[in-house]
Amino acid sequence: MTESTNIAPARKGVPLWVQVIIWVFLAGLLGIVAMGLNRAQQGTIQPGHAVDDFTLPLYSGYEYQGASEVKLSELRGKIVVINFWASWCKPCEQEAAELQSAWEQYEPTGEVVFLGVDYVDTEPQARVYLKKFGITFPNGPDLATRISQYFRIKGVPETYFIDREGVLRYVQVGPFTSLQQIQNIIDPLLSE
Amino acid sequence: MLNRAKLRNYALPLALLAALAVSLLFVMTALAQDDMPTDDEVNKIAKDLYCPVCESTPLDVCPTEACRQWRELIRQQLAEGKSEEEIKQYFVTYYGARVLSEPPNRLASYLVPALAFLAGAFLLFRGFRMWLKPLAVESAVPTEDAEAFPQDEYIRRMEEELKKRK
Repeated sequence: MTESTNIAPARKGVPLWVQVIIWVFLAGLLGIVAMGLNRAQQGTIQPGHAVDDFTLPLYSGYEYQGASEVKLSELRGKIVVINFWASWCKPCEQEAAELQSAWEQYEPTGEVVFLGVDYVDTEPQARVYLKKFGITFPNGPDLATRISQYFRIKGVPETYFIDREGVLRYVQVGPFTSLQQIQNIIDPLLSE
Repeated sequence: MLNRAKLRNYALPLALLAALAVSLLFVMTALAQDDMPTDDEVNKIAKDLYCPVCESTPLDVCPTEACRQWRELIRQQLAEGKSEEEIKQYFVTYYGARVLSEPPNRLASYLVPALAFLAGAFLLFRGFRMWLKPLAVESAVPTEDAEAFPQDEYIRRMEEELKKRK
């Protein structure tokens, strides 16, 4: 009795290089999703973080030393207060007068610069708001929400305090309730 | 007394002039309103834009103050004679491409998801096929034409040993 074993022809699988590309691609997609989820849970950038450079275009009438835009890197050596606001934001109105008072107090020293970043707003309404609260410090729109995305703001108002070295030192989420509150953050930075 | 008599003479023409001026004002206001784009014209563009503040809400139905302001901006720009594309471009410039209901018409916007889908589908297809039909199936029933199939070295040697023992 003869007996033989029948072996089916070996099936040729997907070439290794194709498999590698596909897995790398899928891993990349998963990585992007994971990064997005991680970023969504991170909250705002944290104190201690060296803030990357950005350029803020300024509304006419709200220029900085006559320039129609301001670069953060040009303000190195000064304390920079970045306030995110919008004309449709009611809580922003609560702190508008305090911010302006603080600006009037610190502007003459030349050591502190306030920048108003107008978040997803329309220019005509923004101008009405600025005029209504008598705001005079440099203000401009956050074009394509690039700056707010960088700071990962969760809403408005939010205010970021950057020291002379360009390092974020304090984050205020929500409106300031008094001028003293703003002074308590800026004065220690000035004395460093 | 003379002045009063004179005033009475002018009273009627003055009243008529005032009435005419008020009528003209109403007509001009009405004409100006006719020039303003209608809500339907505004919403035709607004429905293709999304509010970046209240996510996943089209601008035409978004009830927030920000959205109301943006709809007014669309109306204002339409009144200035701007086209739909120009208005959408303005919104992209100011608020980013995420306000568009459809991604910008860039090749990568469509190519990357399509390629990802095809790659995933291909991988699943291959995976299932290999799962259902293993690479090598050892037949339970011996057949005469077994030699027709390629065999690996181990099996060939084993068969040779078996033949020798017979």
